[in-house]
Amino acid sequence: MDATAAAIDFKPTWVQEKLFLGMTFKDYLRSNYTPFNAVVSVILVVGIPVIFYRLIYGLGPSTNLSDNNPWGIWIGFDMMCGVALAAGGFVIGTAVHLMGMKEYGFLFRPAVLTGFLGYLFAIIALTFDLGRYYRIPYPLVVSWGVNSVLFLVAWHVALYLSCQFVEWCPAIWEWLNLKKLRKIFIKATLGATIFGVCLSMLHQSALGSIFLLMPEKVHPLWYSEYIPLWFFMSAIIGGLAMTIIESMASHRIFVHKIKNHDPELLDRVTIGLGKATSVTLFAYFFMKVIGLAHGNNWAYLDTGYGYWYLVELIGFVLIPAMALMYAVQNRLVRMVRVWAIVTALGIVLNRLNQSIIAFNWHLPWADRYVPHWMEVVLTVTVVTIGILSFQWIMNRMPILYEHPDFEPELH
Amino acid sequence: MMEADRRTFLKILGGVGIATAMGIPDAASADVANLRGYPDQSGVLVDTTACIGCRRCEWACKEWNKLPNQKSLKEYEQDQTVFAKTRRTHADTYTVVNRFENPRDPSRPIYVKKQCMHCYEPGCASSCFVKAFTKQSVGAVTYDASLCVGCRYCMAACPFDIPAYQYYNPFTPEVTKCTFCFDRITKEGGVPACIGICPVETMTFGKRTDLIDLAHKKIRDNPSRYVNHVYGEGEVGGTSWLYLSSIPFNMIGFRMDLGTVPIPTLSKPFLSLVSPVFIVIPALAMGFYSFKKRRDKLEEDEIKKALEKKEGK
Repeated sequence: MDATAAAIDFKPTWVQEKLFLGMTFKDYLRSNYTPFNAVVSVILVVGIPVIFYRLIYGLGPSTNLSDNNPWGIWIGFDMMCGVALAAGGFVIGTAVHLMGMKEYGFLFRPAVLTGFLGYLFAIIALTFDLGRYYRIPYPLVVSWGVNSVLFLVAWHVALYLSCQFVEWCPAIWEWLNLKKLRKIFIKATLGATIFGVCLSMLHQSALGSIFLLMPEKVHPLWYSEYIPLWFFMSAIIGGLAMTIIESMASHRIFVHKIKNHDPELLDRVTIGLGKATSVTLFAYFFMKVIGLAHGNNWAYLDTGYGYWYLVELIGFVLIPAMALMYAVQNRLVRMVRVWAIVTALGIVLNRLNQSIIAFNWHLPWADRYVPHWMEVVLTVTVVTIGILSFQWIMNRMPILYEHPDFEPELH
Repeated sequence: MMEADRRTFLKILGGVGIATAMGIPDAASADVANLRGYPDQSGVLVDTTACIGCRRCEWACKEWNKLPNQKSLKEYEQDQTVFAKTRRTHADTYTVVNRFENPRDPSRPIYVKKQCMHCYEPGCASSCFVKAFTKQSVGAVTYDASLCVGCRYCMAACPFDIPAYQYYNPFTPEVTKCTFCFDRITKEGGVPACIGICPVETMTFGKRTDLIDLAHKKIRDNPSRYVNHVYGEGEVGGTSWLYLSSIPFNMIGFRMDLGTVPIPTLSKPFLSLVSPVFIVIPALAMGFYSFKKRRDKLEEDEIKKALEKKEGK
C-alpha cells in the first residue's frame, strides 16, 4: 500500500521524466539490471577497448587488411549491409507520404528511426575504417573528387542522413513538448521524403557502382554494368524485409508502450509488405538472370564460385520470393516474418559476396582476406550500440504510438 | 553534334534541378569528360630481355624517395632469396623486380621490374573522392597526402595492384606509390632514379609516342627476340610505362585480361544518371502526391454529399 502511495506522491522532475522514464535515478538504474543488459555490458567491456586500440595503434595491428585486400568487413558488412538494410525509411516514406498508403502510416516513424540509426552507425563504423578518420568531412568541405562514385556516396549519405533526421524530428519535438517546432518539421516531411527518394535511389545504386571500377578483381558472376540496378533493387528488398522484422520485434518488445495496439492491423500490413517483398524479389531475380545472360557468364555456373552464386540467387532470392508468395496467398503471417528474416540474410550474403568473397577471386587463397577477431568485435560493438540507441529512443519518444497531446501528422 | 545537344539539354535540365544548386552533377560530368592523357607526356620503355636482375633500381628508388628499411647496394645485388616469391609493391617499396622462368632458355631467367604504370586515364584518380591523385602533364600520376582521408578505394580500383598503404602508421597513414620521380623528371634532362642507375639500359625514358615507335621498331627488327605486343600501349587505355617481352606477357606476371577500356570510363554512365534522377523523381513524386491529394478530396466530398443527403432526407 505504502509503495503505491509513494508512487502517487512522487512527482518526477523534468530530467527524471525525460531521461529516467519517470523514475528516480536509483530506481532507473535498478530497472536496468536485466539479462539483456548483462550481455550488452560484456560486449561493451570487450568492444570499447578494441575501438580505442584501433584508434591508437592503427589499422595494421587491429585488422587483417593488406595491400591486396584494402577493404574488409567494416566496408563489406557495416557499410554495405548497414545501408542496404536501412532502406526501410525511404521505402515506407514513399509508400505513406507519396503514394498515400495510409494503412502503413504507423510504420513510418519506426522505419525512419531504424533508417536514421542504420545510416548513422554505418558511418560511425566507416570512421574506424578510414586511415585518417579525423578527415571524414574532407570530401564535403575540403576537396571535391567529383568523378568518384564514392564522392557521390559521401554527399548523398550525408544529405540523406539529414533528410531522415528531419523526418524523425517531429517525434523528438513531441517528446520535448515543442509544439511550434514540431509543426514546422511536419511541414518539411514531404520535401524531405521526396529529396530522400532521389538521394536513396542514387546512393544505394552508387554503393554498388563502386565496384564498377574493378572488372579485373570482382568475379564475373558478380560483375556487370547492371550492378547499380541490382544494388538499388536489393536495397528495396532489404528495406522491406527489415521493416517486417523490425515491426515484429518492436511490437513485441515495446508492446506496453502502445495503448491501442491492434495486432490485426499489424498482421494485415505485414502481409502487404510480404507481398511487396515477394514481387521485388522476383523482379530482382530476373534482373540478375538478365545480367548473367548479358555477360554470357553461364560457363562460370559450373565452378565453385558458380555453386556459391547459385546458393545466393536460388536459396536467398528465388526460394524466399516463392515462399513469401505462398505465405501471402494463404495469409500465413508467421511464415512471412520467418522468410523476411531469410530475405534480409540474403541481402547480407549478397553484399559480403560482392565486396569480400568475389573480390580478388583471382588471388591464391593465401593472399585472400579473412577478418581479424578485432574487426569482428568492433562490428558487433557498433551494432550493439546502435541497438541500445534504438531501445533508448523507443522507450522515450512517441515512435510506435501517437502522442496523446498532438494531432496526427497531416500535410 | 548529337552528343553536344544531349549535353546542353541535360545541362539545362540540371540548371533547374536541386542537384545543380549543389554543384555536383555538372562538375562531375565536366571532370570525367576532361580526364584525358597528355599527348606529349613522357614514358618509359622497359625491355625485359635486357634486365639482369641486379635490383639496383630498387635500391635507387628507396634512396631517392627516402623510404624505410634501406639496405646497402651490395645486399640488393647479392640477395637472391627475394626471387623465391613474386613480390608486389608495399608501403616501404615503390618498385620490385620479380624473376620468372624462361622456357626458351632456362639458364637465363626473365626479370621484370614492377612499379606504377602511370596510366593515361588512371583508375586511382577517378576513384578518389578528394582528388588526391593528379595526372600531371608530364605523365606522372602523383598523390597528395594532405588531402587523403585513407578510404583506400584507389588500392581497390588499381588494375595493376600498385598503391599500398601505411597500415602501421596509426595517425597519419598515407597511400604510397611510385611518383615517376616527378621531382626529377620535371627538371631539364632529369630521369627517374631507377633509370639513372640501371647498368644495362633496360629502360628508356622519353616521349611516350617516340617510345611506342621505338618499341615497334625493335619488334620489327628482332621478330625472334620479342613477342609482337607492347604491353601498356593499349592496356586500360594506355600507360606511360611500356614493356617488351620475349615470351607471352601472362608468363611474366602481367594480366592479359584488362582490356583497353580506361577504368574511369566504367563509372561514367552511372555518374551521368545523377541529374536525370533529380529531375524525374521529384516530378514523379509530386505527381503521385497530387493524385493522392485529389483522391482523398474526392473521397471526402463523396462522404460529405452522402451525409448531406442523409440529413436532407
